[in-house]
Amino acid sequence: MQLILTENKGRETAMADYTLRELMTIAAAREIPDGAIIFCGTGISMVAAMAAKHINAPNSTIFFETGAIDSLLEELPLAVADPRVMYYTAVNGALNDAFCYMQNRKTGKQVVGIMGAAQIDCYGNLNSTVIGDYHQPKVRFSGSGGASDVASFVDHSLIFMQHEKRKFVNKVDYLTSPGWLDGAGGRERAGLTGQGPSKVITNMAIMGFDKITKRMFLESYYPGITPDQILENMAFDVDISQAKELLPPTSEEIKILREKCDPQGLII
Amino acid sequence: MTIRSEKLMDLSSAIAAFVTDRCHLSIGGFTVNRNPMGAVYEIIRQGRKKMHLYAHSNGQGVDELVGAGCIEKLEIAYAGNGRFAPTCIRFKQAVQNGTILVEDYSNYQMNLRFQAGAMGVPFLPTRSSLGTDIINKWGFSREVREQDPRIPDEKLVVGKNPFPGWADTENLVFVPAINPDVTIIHVQQADELGTARIQGLTMADVEQAKAAKHLIVTCEELVTTHEMKLHPDSNQIPHFCVDAVVHLPWGAYPTACYNFYDYDPFFLNDYKKIASDDNLYQKYLDDYIYGTKNHQERLDVAGDLRLQTIKADPRTGYAINLDRK
Repeated sequence: MQLILTENKGRETAMADYTLRELMTIAAAREIPDGAIIFCGTGISMVAAMAAKHINAPNSTIFFETGAIDSLLEELPLAVADPRVMYYTAVNGALNDAFCYMQNRKTGKQVVGIMGAAQIDCYGNLNSTVIGDYHQPKVRFSGSGGASDVASFVDHSLIFMQHEKRKFVNKVDYLTSPGWLDGAGGRERAGLTGQGPSKVITNMAIMGFDKITKRMFLESYYPGITPDQILENMAFDVDISQAKELLPPTSEEIKILREKCDPQGLII
Repeated sequence: MTIRSEKLMDLSSAIAAFVTDRCHLSIGGFTVNRNPMGAVYEIIRQGRKKMHLYAHSNGQGVDELVGAGCIEKLEIAYAGNGRFAPTCIRFKQAVQNGTILVEDYSNYQMNLRFQAGAMGVPFLPTRSSLGTDIINKWGFSREVREQDPRIPDEKLVVGKNPFPGWADTENLVFVPAINPDVTIIHVQQADELGTARIQGLTMADVEQAKAAKHLIVTCEELVTTHEMKLHPDSNQIPHFCVDAVVHLPWGAYPTACYNFYDYDPFFLNDYKKIASDDNLYQKYLDDYIYGTKNHQERLDVAGDLRLQTIKADPRTGYAINLDRK
């Protein structure tokens, strides 16, 4: 089921009809600098990486934790081990290689990681393991996979989240992947070299992190959404004073997304 | 010492010889790819119980072993199956019902643990997961750990860099080596001595294979040693690591085997429904696994038409335009 957010008729920049998932994907793609080495998982993060490569970061390279580097992605993979990631690559390696590229002194700084999670706190710490007590969980999720690794190692990461009170929580039930930990200086104290998350892309907004305190703030909200609606969907307060409305996707961005990134409509 | 000519075995004999109740097992592959599913189904058929399973991200294989009640303890990084199951369904249920014990690591940590096992060292260091609950929360209590000499008393240890100031590193996580009693991998080609060739991504199969006390290799194609030695750059596992070679076409089905066949999206979608219902799941076990004598009969249940549909296109190595919705 796809939700048409707004029609944007008559705007000079030729805005398109778009769905919320398309907007989120484009919003994430725009955050990826050209020349980046993009680490992505499955689903929307993979489509966002592909969109970045087709739209704003043509010299970027997509790689997967399974060790596939610069896959052609003629068809959309449904898992990072999908045989579609193995065709027409620069290198088909292994997991150990992939995690080395995130941490070595030459390539580590260029890596942009894209992740998702079940819960997030105000410092961008992520839970993808359990809801409830770890030993007797109410809900069990997949666990870290490579998320804790990429969150530990890289300087730039983007997080996809659904904006809901039960997901934006005061304290994550299990801290799977390190964000800024307990705020300013937290990562340094723990011994982590990489940086915490850069942005959180949700179905309502883009959240950033304060340069000094490392606390989450509202950076921009989607057309048709108000900052108050966003606050209503979070268990903790964030600064909304700097927030602006996000520019909606252009018809060109939407065309590329639909025709080149997910033409079979498997994810978006 | 293994006598070379005795390595070539049928699947049932190989599983009977090396996979026992309470053994520590690891399986190769990753989510929907190259899980040794033929071997997994045979383990279920032979009724192995109370096993200790090591995996990094083996979706389908882990879920079926857990679902059939073969597993008592699991050490894992990720129990999901791509878009087909964001969290593996029988795994999820087993953890929520408390019928298996789980110890969580990250993917890189599990890889380092197999690598340490392959190297014969007790641990390897990383910075991954510092400051997280992967370090703070243990799935296996110290009492549970002390009862099994095959697992270390500590889940992992955080310590100081023994080379102060070197590589700008103060703290490290030391993750313990894994030496499974048996590792099972499925590969594209092997010879009867055991030399093995994986096409596409090797995942962590090579580390898992070299860390194991016993190694079973199932293969799509059994080829001559001469053929393997003509293209040695493509081979990853030398014969002396291998204890059993099983010729098992479609041995990764319903997961994919690059250049041979795709994953079966129809089955994986069905499995999602089946695994979510206890009665359907019992019927699935009876009809698809206990009710079939071997992997060929399991494939017969899928049917030739299905197998033809997922056959790999020779240019890309997967089935192009496959209906994967």
